[in-house]
Amino acid sequence: MADESHAEMDIEIPPPGSGTRQPEGTVRLRVKRQDAPDQAPYWQAFEVPRYPNMNVIECLMQIRRHPVDAEGRETTPVAWSMNCLEEVCGICTMVVNGKVRQSCSALVRDLEEPITLEPMQKFPVRRDLVIDRTRLFDAYRRVKAWVPIDGTHDLGPGPRMDENVREEGYWLSRCISCGCCVDACPQVNPDHSDNPQAEGPATFIGAAPISWARLMNIHPTGAHLADERYGSLMGPGGIADCAKSMNCVAVCPKEIPLMESIASMNRQITRHLLVDWLKD
Amino acid sequence: MSAEGGPRYIVVGGGLAGLMTTIRIAEQGHRVDLFSLVRVNRSHSVCAQGGINGAVNTKGEGDSPWVHLDDTVYGGDFLANQPPVQEMTEAAPEIIYLYDRMGVMFNRTSEGLLDFRRFGGTKVHRTAYAGATTGQQLMYALDQQVRRLEDDGLVTKHEGWEFLRAVRDDHGVARGIVAMDLASLEIRAFRGDATMVATGGPGMIFGKSTNSILNTGAANSNLYQQGARYANGEMVQIHPTAIPGRDKRRLISESVRGEGGRVWVPRDGEPWYFLEEWYPAYGNLVPRDIAAQAIYKVVYDMGLGVDGQEAVYLDVTHKDPHELDVKLGGVLEIYEKFMGEDPREVPMKVFPAVHYSMGGMWVDFDLMTSIPGVFSGGEANYEYHGANRLGANALVSCTFDGMKGGPRMMAYVDALDGHAADQPQSIFDSAVDEQRQRLAAVQALTGDENPYDMHQELGDWMTRYCTVVRKEDRLRQTDAKILELMDRWHRIELPDTGQWVNQSIVFTRQLWDMLELARVMVRGAIERRESRGVHLRPDFPERDDENWLKTTIAEWSPDGPKLSYLPVDVSLIPPRPRQYKKDIR
Repeated sequence: MADESHAEMDIEIPPPGSGTRQPEGTVRLRVKRQDAPDQAPYWQAFEVPRYPNMNVIECLMQIRRHPVDAEGRETTPVAWSMNCLEEVCGICTMVVNGKVRQSCSALVRDLEEPITLEPMQKFPVRRDLVIDRTRLFDAYRRVKAWVPIDGTHDLGPGPRMDENVREEGYWLSRCISCGCCVDACPQVNPDHSDNPQAEGPATFIGAAPISWARLMNIHPTGAHLADERYGSLMGPGGIADCAKSMNCVAVCPKEIPLMESIASMNRQITRHLLVDWLKD
Repeated sequence: MSAEGGPRYIVVGGGLAGLMTTIRIAEQGHRVDLFSLVRVNRSHSVCAQGGINGAVNTKGEGDSPWVHLDDTVYGGDFLANQPPVQEMTEAAPEIIYLYDRMGVMFNRTSEGLLDFRRFGGTKVHRTAYAGATTGQQLMYALDQQVRRLEDDGLVTKHEGWEFLRAVRDDHGVARGIVAMDLASLEIRAFRGDATMVATGGPGMIFGKSTNSILNTGAANSNLYQQGARYANGEMVQIHPTAIPGRDKRRLISESVRGEGGRVWVPRDGEPWYFLEEWYPAYGNLVPRDIAAQAIYKVVYDMGLGVDGQEAVYLDVTHKDPHELDVKLGGVLEIYEKFMGEDPREVPMKVFPAVHYSMGGMWVDFDLMTSIPGVFSGGEANYEYHGANRLGANALVSCTFDGMKGGPRMMAYVDALDGHAADQPQSIFDSAVDEQRQRLAAVQALTGDENPYDMHQELGDWMTRYCTVVRKEDRLRQTDAKILELMDRWHRIELPDTGQWVNQSIVFTRQLWDMLELARVMVRGAIERRESRGVHLRPDFPERDDENWLKTTIAEWSPDGPKLSYLPVDVSLIPPRPRQYKKDIR
C-alpha cells in the first residue's frame, strides 16, 4: 500500500441492495398512543419484522415505513423523539415494559413480548411518545447549574484540580438530562402545566438538578454560587421532599450516585444553616 | 446591559458553534434569538468522544500552534486555506483553558494539570479529554453558560423550530429568517441583523452514518437553494471504526487507537496487523482516510473481513481494564450496551462509516457566506479541514467559529446602515408566504412512495459509490439515481396528513433538501479528477496540485449544481507530498 498513489485501490464495491438481511420472524409491540395533549390515550398493537441486534427505535422505524397495526389496519406512524441513538443525547427516553429508559439502548432480544411502549409519566404528552421536559430545564435554572465565569476572553488556565476530585465530578457530569430520575420518583407529581386547573401543590424538584447543584459546588469557581443553590433547594418542592425511595438510582442509565448527591447537598445545607445560626 | 431597541442577532443551531456564538454576542449585552431542532444540549456535538486539540505542550514534546497548523493542513492534504487554520490553532490552547474555567471535568495529571493524549495524524499528545464523553462535557458547559445568559434576559431560545430560509431585502442582504415550529407547523419570520447558521453536517444523506438523526444538512441545503455557495461538497470523511447497526453506525472513537488499540484481521490463522505493517511510522494512528482505505482494501479486495463479513477487529484486550475505564469508559460502554460483548475481553468488530463533512457553506475569512448577513460556523462550513479532518480537531474548530463568529457578526452589524427592525414588513411576509406554499405543496403530495424507504435507497447508493472508493461510472449512476429519486419524490404518499407533531411532513421536506445536496457531493466527486485526502479516484490515483489545488464551488441552478473553482491560500506552508509510511518531515 502506497499512500501517495492509490492505483491499487481499484476495487469493486458490492452493488446497492446487496448484503440485505432477511428478517427472522416478527416482534410484537403495544404502544400507548395519544393524538394531542387534550385527547384521551389509547393502546395500539403492532407486529414488525425481527432482525438480529435490533433495538426499540428500529421497531418504530419499521412502523413508520409501513404504518399498519397488528390487524393489518392502516394507521399513522407512531410519533417519538430520537437523535443520537448512542444513549448520550437523552431525547428518546420512554417507558419500555414498565421501566423508564432510552429506547435506543433497549435491545429487543432482552425484552419480554409484547413490548409495551408508553410516554414518560411525569411530563406532559405532546403526541404519542413525544413529551415536554421543560420542568427539568427550569429546575436547572432554579439551582443555577452554571459556573459564573468572568467572560470568554483569555484569562489563562482554570484552577488546578486533584485527579480524584476530578473523577468524582466527572461521574456526576455524565448526566444526559433524560429525566428518568424525575419520572421514576414517587415524590414527583405529574406535570400539568398544559392544564392549569389540574395543577397540584409544588412538587419535588427531582434528583438530577440536585446532583448538578452538587457538581457545581465541587468546582472551585462554581462554589461561589453555593449559598444561592442552598436557598433554591430549601422550601416546598426542595431537597427535604426526597423520601429516599431510591428509584432514581435504579433507573439512571449512567449509574450516577444520585442518592449520594442528595445526601451531600443535605449535609451542605445543614452546615450552611448552622453557620448562619451561629453568626446570628 | 440594556438591549432594548438595539441590534438583534439570530443563531441557528444549538451545538458547540451555535452556543459559543450566542455566548460571545450575549455577553456583550446584545439580544440573541437561538433556534434549534431539539433542546440545545441534545445536539450532535454531544456525540464527540475522544477530545479537543490544542498545542498546550505540557508534555515537553515541543508542540506549538505552528506544529498543530502543519499537522492540520498536511492531514487535510493541503486543500484548506491556511490563514484561518493558523488563527484556529493559535486560539486552541485558550479555548481549552476556557472550557476548563467553565467547569469541564477534563482528565488531570498527578500535578492537577490538564492531561493530554495522542490522536491520529500527529506525533504529540495534543488532545485534552474528559473521559470518553468530551463532546457531551463541552456541550453541557456551553449549555450552562447560555442558560445563565437566558436567565439575564439576553437569550431567547426557540427549541423545536427548523430554519427554512434567510429573508433577503431588495439588495440581497439578509434581514432575518423564516422558521417553522415542528409541532404546530406554524411558519413565521424573525428579524435579525446578522444570522449564524451552525447546523452541523449532512451525514443523513448517507442513510446510516455516525451522525445524529437530525444531521440532514437541510439548513445548508436551503441556503444553497437560495443562492449561497457550497464549497468542497465532495469532501466527506469516513471514520474507519464504527459499529455497524441497522438504525445507525455507532462511532468507536479514534482515542481507542490513541490509547493503544490495534486493528487486525485473521490471516492464515494468525492476527495480521495490517496498518502497523503498511504504515510503520504511524501504525494504527494513521489519519482516518488512510485507515478507512486500508480496511476497504483488506475486506473488499483481499476478502479478509472477519468471518467473511464487512468487519475488522479493533482490539484493546491487551490493555489494563481499569485504565481503559478511566480513559475510554464511555466508548467501551457503547460497544458493550449495543453489541452485548465486553471489549475489555473480546476484540470489537468495526467497519468504516460516514462521519464528517469537510465541505460546507463557502465563507470568507470573517465566516460570512455569499449571502451578506448570513454567517456559517462549525461543521456546517468548509473552513479548516481541507480534504480530511484530523481527530479531535472538530471540537476545536466548532468552538473557534463561535469565538470568532460572534465578534465578526457584531463588527458587521456595526457597519450596517439601518437595522432589520426598520425593514418593510412586506419582505418578511412574502418570504413566509413562499415557505407556506412550499409546505402546502408537500402536504398535497399523493402517490405510492414512502419517504423513509426512499431515504434508505439514497443512503445505500451514496454509501457504496460516493465514500471510500469513487469510480466515475459508479458516480454517474448515482447521480442518475438521485435524479430518479427527485422525480419519485413528487409521488410520495405522506403516511400522516395531520397538522400536529407530523414528523413525516417535516422529514419529506428534508428529504428533498438532502437530494439537492447529494447532487452537489456527487457532481463534485465526478469533476475532481485526482485523488486527495478522502477523495480517492482509482482512475486518477495521484494528487494533482497543478490542476486541482483548488476549492470546488457549487451554486444552485434549475439544471443542477453549477460548479466553479477558487484558488487555495497556501501562503504559510508550501504543499508537499503526503504520506504516513515513514517520517519525511
